[in-house]
Amino acid sequence: MNKEVYSICHMCSFRCPIKVTVKDGHVDWVEGNPHVSAIDSALCPRGSAGKSLLYDDQRIQSPLIRVGERGSGNWRKASWEEAIDYVGTRLKEIIDKNGGHSVALAERTQLATHVSKAFMKAIGSPNHFTHDTICKGSVNTAGRSIFGYTDGQMGANLGNAKQIVLYGRNLFESLGLKEVSAVMKALENGAKMTYIDPRVTVTASKAHRYWMIRPGTDLALNYALIHTVLKERLYDAKFVSKWVHGLNELQDFVESYTPEWAEKETGIAAEEIIKLAREVSKDKPSVTFHAGYRASNNTNEIYFRRSILMLNSLMGSVEAKGGIFFKKGPAEVGGKAARKLTSQDFPKIDVPRFDKVGTEGFPLPDPNHGAGHMLPFAILNEDPYPIKALIAFRMDPMMSIPDINQNKRAMDKLDLVVSIDINYSNTAWYSDVILPESTYFERTDSIQQANGLKPQMFLRKKAVEPRYDTLDGAVILKRIGEKLGVGDYFPYETMEDLVEWQLEGTGFTMKDFEKKGFVAYGPDQIFWDRDNIKFKTPSGKIEFKSSLLEDAGFESFPKYEPIPVREDGKMRLVVGRSRFHTNVATQNVFYLNEQESENVLWINTEKANELGIKNNAEVEVASSVGKGTIKAFVTDLIHPEAVFMVHGYGHEAARSKRSFNKGLADGLIQKNIYDKVGGSPAFHDTFVTVKPL
Amino acid sequence: MSKYYLFQDIRKCIGCHACEIQCKSNKNLPIGPKLCQVLQVGPKFIGGLPKTSFIFMSCFHCENPWCVSACPTGAMQKRSKDGIVFIDNDLCVGCKTCVSACPWGAPQWNPETGKVTKCDYCMDRIDEGLEPACVTTCTTGCLKFGKVEDMNQIRRGRHAESVASVENSSF
Repeated sequence: MNKEVYSICHMCSFRCPIKVTVKDGHVDWVEGNPHVSAIDSALCPRGSAGKSLLYDDQRIQSPLIRVGERGSGNWRKASWEEAIDYVGTRLKEIIDKNGGHSVALAERTQLATHVSKAFMKAIGSPNHFTHDTICKGSVNTAGRSIFGYTDGQMGANLGNAKQIVLYGRNLFESLGLKEVSAVMKALENGAKMTYIDPRVTVTASKAHRYWMIRPGTDLALNYALIHTVLKERLYDAKFVSKWVHGLNELQDFVESYTPEWAEKETGIAAEEIIKLAREVSKDKPSVTFHAGYRASNNTNEIYFRRSILMLNSLMGSVEAKGGIFFKKGPAEVGGKAARKLTSQDFPKIDVPRFDKVGTEGFPLPDPNHGAGHMLPFAILNEDPYPIKALIAFRMDPMMSIPDINQNKRAMDKLDLVVSIDINYSNTAWYSDVILPESTYFERTDSIQQANGLKPQMFLRKKAVEPRYDTLDGAVILKRIGEKLGVGDYFPYETMEDLVEWQLEGTGFTMKDFEKKGFVAYGPDQIFWDRDNIKFKTPSGKIEFKSSLLEDAGFESFPKYEPIPVREDGKMRLVVGRSRFHTNVATQNVFYLNEQESENVLWINTEKANELGIKNNAEVEVASSVGKGTIKAFVTDLIHPEAVFMVHGYGHEAARSKRSFNKGLADGLIQKNIYDKVGGSPAFHDTFVTVKPL
Repeated sequence: MSKYYLFQDIRKCIGCHACEIQCKSNKNLPIGPKLCQVLQVGPKFIGGLPKTSFIFMSCFHCENPWCVSACPTGAMQKRSKDGIVFIDNDLCVGCKTCVSACPWGAPQWNPETGKVTKCDYCMDRIDEGLEPACVTTCTTGCLKFGKVEDMNQIRRGRHAESVASVENSSF
């Protein structure tokens, strides 16, 4: 018998809506949800490979308890009862002895995040952190410093844009379906796209203007763009005079940052910079300078992300068609959001976070996400206190936090490491217990509150029964919670119970999602009146001069530190993602592995010739913290000062036979250095030597 | 030639390879055969800009298919009602004559069955009133499927738009 189930993809983090056709209890066909405009049945390569994840016999098939040394890969199968009991008993011992705060939970932000946050609050630990800060903490802080909104609370109305400026935002390989569709629509309507990146990507090859910028100097480019916009009065004077706080300060600050100055720093011709400023200005306010998705490149990251948001503000492209906007929630149309478990009353926690976020030590990153890359420091230095246990829920801190060797030393110090995952991540492989989660086809999930121009809710709904002995993450945490005596915070037995609990009072029921997979609170897109934008900064204005920064003792406009040309021959390691894989999670997925099974090191032809490196030959890449070997890809498509590799390789789990030992982990080479203001790691601030083998 | 035509709007293709994967997933193919494939040429710098071509290749479903004439067992066939060229797996003996015969590399080798497999425009889906797998879920909508005469119209329309401009519209 056939049935059609509307659900949400989970091959990456975008959560594109899908329609799943089930035949005789098997997933037969997956396509994008045809009822969702801008999706129209489309499915990206990762989504298309979903079935091969579901039916993969190399994913984790039952709870596992470690038998040999950590990381040795010796496991024994356990029943759920035994595994939960094992975790519960050990966690209880640790909490009784060291306090709830000695437990940390790492998570990739997902629909179940409210469950894990509730779990941590219930056990008295402030130490929940997400992958978000590691990926994009500084753009979050930048958004709060200028508008009072996080990056997650902002969107870009790309479909109506006439000018799109992207700084390494490789959206045609990131493949968020709505974003791709919007940009395609804009391009078809004549929009101009500018792409800036030290490396040529697919997005670069679709752009009208491409600049191979000197790596690490995007901020200099933006200061020169701002300089030109102000000098030639190319900005939206009405909007700026109404909303911007600190224009004069900015004007004084950028005075010396001329296009000619920037040309020397960035390698982009001064007249080209001026031309872009003038061209973009003609199309204001339907202009998007994209604030970026991953925003964790350099130690001055927050100032670069702020400079992008300033350019949007100067163009008046805030809350404008074709510009950036603030996401609207249900309250906007008198609706009510789905309940979250975190809305319950929890005991007060009076210890600081392990990463010191929200205290004087690290004041500005978003405490909702924490700063995960501080975890190895906290563990190794027992600062601010000892951390004894780590639960990794669909996140791989071992691979995602820079300096893997240091991460291993930190993990070694823990009394308990537990992973909840689908595939064997490197953290899972290094865990004491692995609790396997069901795939997105096999479980119903918490409600997705989809805020945007049109507030909606989407539902991930179970399409087929679990193929192996796996459970829903939210049920796993509930069961551990029960062992710890905090089961009352989880008022459900099944995911369906949880969803119904969430929907209480919203006016919607699960049945309402059956027809199309989502419900909308209202029929229309909402843009606020541009004379009444609700900025959430203390002044209610767009704060170029930022009280958030200055109250914490940081400057709004710190002097630009030039990037010197290196005399020692070292190159800047730049990293990114590919169209086939999601971070570190999908390299072993059958059809994705067929497309791309290892990463290579992009190196400029001239540089490679100097070093005697031949295309496709093995090379050694080394930094002060680690080294490894990888195949070279010798090309003119990358700036000579940079080398590039795709993130996500170097899997150590022997049971992931396709991805085991393939390629090189960038995290082995990267130093754990970070933007001390905004909060992101500086993934692109490690310099490496490359030599032929 | 089959009465159908699969049109790739090269301008909109971003080389994401979702078509290949969706096709393989739909046909449950092992590692190796790609009934449709996007081949990347470039990037090459043209006028200072990096340009990449992504060329979609599947099967042209020829009027006089080399593969059908070459097949010694009658496995490779042309469907009479619409001209779709397909292979009957039960009759294929894995001799690979069709692989040699096709000028475009359309017949693919399935190492698991030891037989040939090829694009059949997902004729089971077409018979249900659907479109081929690759077209249905194409990320950017750059693949379109239909009757040859309709597909031509897309190109002509586009050409007309690119020729038409303010400068050309007056005497």
